[in-house]
Amino acid sequence: MAEPLHDITVDREIDRSRMRIGSEVAIQIAAMNKWFGTFHVLRDINMTVHRGERIVICGPSGSGKSTLIRCINRLEEHQSGRIVVDGTELTSDLKNIDKVRSEVGMVFQHFNLFPHLTILENCTLAPIWVRKVPRKEAEETAMHFLRKVKIPEQALKYPGQLSGGQQQRVAIARSLCMKPKIMLFDEPTSALDPEMIKEVLDTMIALAEEGMTMLVVTHEMGFARQVANRVIFMDQGQIVEQNEPEPFFSNPQSERTKLFLSQILRGH
Amino acid sequence: MAEIRFVRTAMLPPQEPPVSQIGAVRWVRENLFSGWLNGVLTVASAAFVVWLALHVGPWFMNAVWNAGSLAECREILAGTDGACLAVIRDRWPQLLFGFYPSELYWRPTLALLLLFVALAPALFPAVPRQLLWFSAIYPGLAYWLLWGGTLWFPVVALAGFAVGIAVFIALRPVLPLVAPFAGLVAPVFWWLFAVVPVTGLLAAVLPVGITPVRSDSFGGFTLSIIIGVTGIALSLPLGILLALGRKSDLFLVKTICVGFIEFIRGVPLITLLFTASLLLNYFLPPGTNFDIILRVVIMVTLFAAAYMAEVIRGGLAAIPRGQYEAADSLGLDYWKAMRLIVLPQALKISIPGIVNTFIGLFKDTTLVVFIGLLDPIGLSTAIRANTNWNGIYWELFLFIGAMFFVFCFGMSRYSMHLERRLKTDHR
Repeated sequence: MAEPLHDITVDREIDRSRMRIGSEVAIQIAAMNKWFGTFHVLRDINMTVHRGERIVICGPSGSGKSTLIRCINRLEEHQSGRIVVDGTELTSDLKNIDKVRSEVGMVFQHFNLFPHLTILENCTLAPIWVRKVPRKEAEETAMHFLRKVKIPEQALKYPGQLSGGQQQRVAIARSLCMKPKIMLFDEPTSALDPEMIKEVLDTMIALAEEGMTMLVVTHEMGFARQVANRVIFMDQGQIVEQNEPEPFFSNPQSERTKLFLSQILRGH
Repeated sequence: MAEIRFVRTAMLPPQEPPVSQIGAVRWVRENLFSGWLNGVLTVASAAFVVWLALHVGPWFMNAVWNAGSLAECREILAGTDGACLAVIRDRWPQLLFGFYPSELYWRPTLALLLLFVALAPALFPAVPRQLLWFSAIYPGLAYWLLWGGTLWFPVVALAGFAVGIAVFIALRPVLPLVAPFAGLVAPVFWWLFAVVPVTGLLAAVLPVGITPVRSDSFGGFTLSIIIGVTGIALSLPLGILLALGRKSDLFLVKTICVGFIEFIRGVPLITLLFTASLLLNYFLPPGTNFDIILRVVIMVTLFAAAYMAEVIRGGLAAIPRGQYEAADSLGLDYWKAMRLIVLPQALKISIPGIVNTFIGLFKDTTLVVFIGLLDPIGLSTAIRANTNWNGIYWELFLFIGAMFFVFCFGMSRYSMHLERRLKTDHR
């Protein structure tokens, strides 16, 4: 499947005053391996994410980048090695899994909003049922985040009535309502038209400006350049290269990275 | 070379559509006479309807409403073709109530009226939610009204649920893993061992009761509705649990559910009913009085639940994986994800199939005639056994058919209303 080759840059100055990387470890992955049946999809992944980091993970289709971030909130199970999220190790213990999931927000390629609930109900459901927040308070929080993603006026509509870009922004707001410490983005713009990509990226940049710890699987190299503090390139289930964005793009070391970048940045 | 440059200077406003696009003329042309074949079919169908009305019409128009027997009817009709609807008038109470004591007819009637009150909050969101409390106690109330006896029996039986909840709440802080299980087992023990003595005790201290009516007096539409409504009310939750069990990752749960569904679905309902009426007696200790209507309700419920489970499994299969993942990623546990995200969507998709099963179940209640219960069909045979009405078929079957149709059509219309109300996908 051909990947989109967008490289949309954002035309405003990014406020970096609150983008601080702390010394505290948010995610620690050590010697992690995963198989789908007999297929070794993630091989010896070692990675430390500090609080406040904005990491873009890129790589060709099937390189395991989505699987990697899905392992961080246990949508996928790893078979060996350790994953520690915010001090909690992911094991088969359901309590730990629920704890990690309520601390880690996730945004999907296909939004995955709940079509039978209004936008507001989508945003208040988890706070009410998982965090036991009173309904009124949950609604106030939801409206706060819907204003933040700039669609408070859609609160009483159903997801089916919104455009793709709007739905993705609601999905971001829905995750934020759980007040997560870490946000995972699994190709958040891959299912969107170019004009909608920009509105979603704007929202993500605003989030980065507030100091959120973010792991973003994306092909938006403009976003990586402007917002990320680290870019990770994966191929064949392995981390092949990682670096700060500037040297990563201007001076890639591995042949595989060079090939990938030459393909994805063609024409720029 | 032709000029290809074009710039629109003024945008066109929308205009009224031409007459051929709106109104009755368009409807008739599109729906009745859109081509010569459809035109011919329209005319032919209209002719058939008129022919049918001309032939069946007089039979109804000449109907005799006042007669004591079929012979009297024929005398009044004097050779002309006409329905003898007098049988409906004569046997109306019997068709509705079977052999229920006639001075107590108000009890099933009241139970039916209260059924609508109890259903209202479940069916229509405009009805105040507080009424759900009435729905919760309705089963006990209806049982008491229909079968009579001491009021304490349904009260003590309903108290079983309170016992279960109390045990659950009491144990939860101490033994969180055992609490839900104990909460389920406690009421079962309550019903098996505590209900009879406690009822006896309370009835001795404070006797409150009405004339008891035995199960073999029940019949007619009362019986159909009792079996149908109870079966419908119980088979949906049981079907949901079976469908979830069938999709479960737990091997034992899955095997039991698959085994149950495949076994019950693979056996004709009539076999289950015979099992209920005859074979169960061999397995139960001698002298046990296990109510026949209760046995039938259990079998009908199990039968419908197996079908229901498969209908709901279809709905569950239609929910994209992303919905489960979104629910998981927000930290919802299995039961919350099912209750709040998956089931509302799956059940909505399954509404036509669910109502289909309901309607099937309701009509299947007529099968109880084979084990000696007098449902409306059974009663029609009983009525014909009387010399007065010997030989009358059409009128009775038409009436019974019409009654069933009213109920089933009602369910069908409600399901369509529900589908419209729950439509949020805006496709």
